[in-house]
Amino acid sequence: MARYEEVFDALGLREWCDANKTDAPMSMAQLLAQTQGDDAAAETEGLPFPSLDVMHEACAAIGQTRDLTEGLEQGFLAIRGELKFVLDPVTQPLSWLLDGALFVFESAPWWLMIPALILVSWFVSKSRAVTAFVAIVLLFFSLIDHYDVAMQTLAIVFVCTGLSVVIGVPVGIGMSRSNTAQRLIVPLLDLLQTLPTFVYLIPLIFLFSVTESKLYGIAIILYAIVPVIRLTDLGIRLVDKDVIEAADAFGMTSRQKLTRVQLPLALPNIMAGVNQTIMMSLAMVVIASLVSAPGLGVLVLRGIRNLELGVGIVAGLGIVLLAVILDRVSKAALSRVDKQRNAH
Amino acid sequence: MTQDTPAQPKVSIRGLFKIFGPTDTEMVELVQNGMDKATLLEKHSHVLGLQDINVDMQAGEITVIMGLSGSGKSTLIRHLNRLIEPTAGEILVDGQDIMGLDAAKLRRLRQEKMAMVFQKFALLPHKTVLQNAEMPLSVRGVDTATQTTEARKWLKRVGLEGFEERFPAQLSGGMQQRVGIARALTANTDIMLMDEAFSALDPLIRTDMQDLLLELQKELEKTIIFITHDLDEALKLADHLVILKDGAIVQQGEPQHILLNPCDPYIEDFVSDINRARVLRVRSVMSALTAEQFDGDIEAGSTLERLISMSDGDTNHVYRVMQDGEAVGQLDMKDLVKALVPRSSSNEGARVA
Ligand SMILES: Nc1ncnc2c1ncn2[C@@H]1O[C@H](COP(=O)(O)OP(=O)(O)O)[C@@H](O)[C@H]1O
Ligand SMILES: [Mg+2]
Repeated sequence: MARYEEVFDALGLREWCDANKTDAPMSMAQLLAQTQGDDAAAETEGLPFPSLDVMHEACAAIGQTRDLTEGLEQGFLAIRGELKFVLDPVTQPLSWLLDGALFVFESAPWWLMIPALILVSWFVSKSRAVTAFVAIVLLFFSLIDHYDVAMQTLAIVFVCTGLSVVIGVPVGIGMSRSNTAQRLIVPLLDLLQTLPTFVYLIPLIFLFSVTESKLYGIAIILYAIVPVIRLTDLGIRLVDKDVIEAADAFGMTSRQKLTRVQLPLALPNIMAGVNQTIMMSLAMVVIASLVSAPGLGVLVLRGIRNLELGVGIVAGLGIVLLAVILDRVSKAALSRVDKQRNAH
Repeated sequence: MTQDTPAQPKVSIRGLFKIFGPTDTEMVELVQNGMDKATLLEKHSHVLGLQDINVDMQAGEITVIMGLSGSGKSTLIRHLNRLIEPTAGEILVDGQDIMGLDAAKLRRLRQEKMAMVFQKFALLPHKTVLQNAEMPLSVRGVDTATQTTEARKWLKRVGLEGFEERFPAQLSGGMQQRVGIARALTANTDIMLMDEAFSALDPLIRTDMQDLLLELQKELEKTIIFITHDLDEALKLADHLVILKDGAIVQQGEPQHILLNPCDPYIEDFVSDINRARVLRVRSVMSALTAEQFDGDIEAGSTLERLISMSDGDTNHVYRVMQDGEAVGQLDMKDLVKALVPRSSSNEGARVA
């Protein structure tokens, strides 16, 4: 086991190693050995990889791997107060928005809400088929007594998508203007998109109380904002160089260029981003219900917890239906913009 | 001839160099000492865009810059409104060095002094034809009523009345470029920059557009800088012709003069394929009045083609050349025939007064 002791002796580090030797907690290997029985020690014959735990055996001054995870936790807890002090007031409006939207969607009577939603989808999509489909789905939800939860989910999706656009578009614009900004932000976006969603729930739970709506609001936005940012950046970068040159040649200021040329021409891409953001925030709603988000997700969760198969599946299909109508409406809006420009 | 220079050129380029690369200013000296484009690229990884350009562009004239693809024409014209910054040199507009302008003044120069027409039209696809034509004025913050009247006026002038509410994608290439021209005219600038404005169009439509441009120019007398890679187009439009090769000027001057006196094998090559009878004018090949008897009168500005058909191909004829009702010279059909052959294949020297 103690193959590396000679190394530390040879380097003359023995004294430093033993300086404040205490009874260290068990290493990973010891822990495993203990659970697997006594003969495990024999397996470590040969040359083990000089991991932190192995080197700790040889030299007590070197930390164990569990110190690393523990250190991270301690570090986070140490700055938690400060983080909370900054983040709490900044994110408070999110709680208000979510609670407000939930209140409106829950308390508005169905005979007002359903026509209103149908009207909105008509104005956004300008498509009869899509509007009719929305109407059917909404009536279906009401019929199977899922109207309330569907409205809660919709309220959350609207607020989170809206905020994602409000924050994401300016970030995307900034990114498109500077290659340095792009280089810095892209890895962050990759991280947000690939990090398992449960993982960033962990620090959020430490920071905020689970009874606050902003907890799941932040989780959803962090996850769903990525496509808006990416596609705003991409859309602006893809704007025809010749048109930009014309804008410059006629003496546009950079603000005029942004509002008259870049944003309108990037609009189809931005809208494609918004469509994806809607889909992703809907996907997050189920996970968010783990941290007290109301809506269809709660029923899915109940299906899993209590093994109520029917409840879970109906709620799951309900989410699919919501996804489909949101997708169709936003895509219809997108193709309307496209058609106007390329019409013959 | 037209070589008498007025007091001040409208646009003047002095000692302009453009080198693309991170340490371009350090490369100027190498180029000045005679390093060529290929060596510069190979040894220092810098692209030689333009070298030692000196051109005067007179007010009210069409200056045509001609050269093969990659010779630096687009680079040159973009220096005039500083879409590209020079490595060294001066650009004077109305006597003022525009290199000294700050961002705000440069924007005003672009808004009020120079309009540009692009090879690929570069219209705003999400705006209507009318809104596109209004753009230069709306950028300046002119009131909307004026914007609309001006835009409508110029759209009508280029033959697009009735198309105001269409979108660019609904128009043919030729019509889109008419919008491009209307947009530049709405800007109401003295100077118009046209970068291969007609190169993307079909030959017949291109001829129409050239005629339109000449007709507008007769009326408006703008200072036009026109880029082309097509010699026929250059000869048709140019008052002053500048020939570029590998970023350097090979020859510049009155187009007829260049045609009759190419100073470089490169240009001889260029001009050898041209239909000279259609391009050359009587005044460029006439000689001093000596004969007593003439077979007829011909205007100095007529093409040789015209005279050939007038003479019915008889090479014994001698014609009197008239300008504004006065006899200014004579043209022997034998001289005419010699002028039709490029200099490289005959020994015919310059006949230009
Ligand atoms: N931004 C640039 N970086 C490097 N080289 C360039 C750049 N722009 C143009 N060039 C080079 O300059 C030369 C002239 O280009 P251009 O002015 O576009 O030619 P033209 O318009 O006559 O076809 C070409 O060799 C081209 O490769
Ligand atoms: Mg070009």
